Amino acid sequence: MTFEPAERVADVPPSGIRRFFELAEEMDDIISLGVGEPDFSAPWAAREAGIASLERGRTSYTANRGMRELRELIAGDMRTRYGLEYDPDDEVLVTTGASEAIDLAYRALIDPGDTVAIAQPSFVSYVPKAIFTDAEPLPVQTRREDEFKLTRAVLEEAGAAAADVLVMCYPNNPTGATMTGDELQEVAAFARENDLLVFSDEIYSALSYEHEHTSIATLEGMRERTVVFNGFSKAYAMTGLRLGYAMAPAEAIDAMNRIHQYTMLSAPTTAQYAAIEALESCSDEVETMCNQYDRRRKFVLSRFDEMGIDCFRAAGAFYVFPACPWDDTTAFAEALLEEERVAIVPGEAFGGEGHLRVSYATGLEDLKTAMNRIESFISG
Amino acid sequence: MSSRGEILALLLENARYTTEDLARQTDLSEAEVDAAIEELEAAGVIKGYQAVVDWDETDDERVRAHVELNVTLDRETSYADIAERIVKFPQVQSLRLVSGDYDFDMTVEGESMREVSHFISDKVAPIPEITQTVTHYIMDSYKEQGIEFADGDDDDRLSVSP
Repeated sequence: MTFEPAERVADVPPSGIRRFFELAEEMDDIISLGVGEPDFSAPWAAREAGIASLERGRTSYTANRGMRELRELIAGDMRTRYGLEYDPDDEVLVTTGASEAIDLAYRALIDPGDTVAIAQPSFVSYVPKAIFTDAEPLPVQTRREDEFKLTRAVLEEAGAAAADVLVMCYPNNPTGATMTGDELQEVAAFARENDLLVFSDEIYSALSYEHEHTSIATLEGMRERTVVFNGFSKAYAMTGLRLGYAMAPAEAIDAMNRIHQYTMLSAPTTAQYAAIEALESCSDEVETMCNQYDRRRKFVLSRFDEMGIDCFRAAGAFYVFPACPWDDTTAFAEALLEEERVAIVPGEAFGGEGHLRVSYATGLEDLKTAMNRIESFISG
Repeated sequence: MSSRGEILALLLENARYTTEDLARQTDLSEAEVDAAIEELEAAGVIKGYQAVVDWDETDDERVRAHVELNVTLDRETSYADIAERIVKFPQVQSLRLVSGDYDFDMTVEGESMREVSHFISDKVAPIPEITQTVTHYIMDSYKEQGIEFADGDDDDRLSVSP
């Protein structure tokens, strides 16, 4: 007997970010622009609600689908923001991070051999999840000239018409790209024409700086074919509390919940209490954090512009995605780390060759220093 | 937000931002930033710029007291008239008219408890309209002007994450 990994595990290379993480961890005094999570702590009221729930001894499981009060608040939030109705009993599932929700959707709704079209560059897990489900990942490469928005042209070119599912994430990690309601129309039309399911990861929906976020599920004929993923990690700076959710028609949520109840049982209870408070009372804090990100975004864009580095005007999440001044992005990122002690993740870790993901989830003073170091590195 | 509003929000966060810092964070030109600040100052919106100091961390001895003042008014004397007399003293750091059990909320600063007590008994209490003073010496400060005095949390995030 040996612990040979199963084929579908062996088929997945280790995360491209891993090696870089190890390099950075060995060094002291680095400024990291490589972090994919907020630099803020969760709003105090939310933290305190979590603490209070522990003091009251609320340490049991919750309903598989999550506490009803939380599901109602989530459904209410979707109604207020987008005028979109989801039944809190049948169409909302609270999960251990949006990551679990996405995993459940893959496993519950994709058959072996199905084709999963994935808008790239993207968060590191969409492709491996397809392999874990014995499905065929089909990268759909978005382009710099389209500011990394998903278009009918790139979908057609990639052969996504033959796919079963389309996975997309806007505002986007790693590019910071956003899509307006108008721009989403052609993606929605393509999905309807080709009968695609859409998995829309909207975890960064609260962080859209130049226009209101539109959920693709609000577009005509889309609610019935879309699973929307969201969570508390980015908007409420609650990454470590691991709380996300999925919203979709009852049959999809029911299938996902069948796996969820045998694997996770329920999302962390303390986090659910914190999330209830977050939705009830923390919108001002979200706005404050959002304003901070927006100012840093403008700062970073203005510095790259001054350095003559090609960087489109990313309008969401907390990333900008400049073109790498060198052909070899990994070599550039490693040299920058070693010589200037600034960590930036090469775009290819996310399927975005030739670019760098620069996170501005870092205080302004560090950002200023980091940008000065980058400037001296490329000019020196 | 208007550009004046945005600049004000940023200066409230950090009054030492340079014009360049402000311009880069707002997409305004440096000239526009300077103009906005001038307008804010000229309109009396911005009254000044000060450091937020935790005196416990210095070698200086500072005594501060929070004083409740009760007053009586008559036809000739308004709150503003009384306030005008009080704010002239350099020992007075702030003076506010408040609702509730007393009228004015005053903070006073001095080098010793004796100095502060004498100031209140010799200068403030004798003002004819003042009927009562209640002095609370400040023993410790945990947050001033939105800034917490405890050590900030270290950034314990992984240095690189997806």
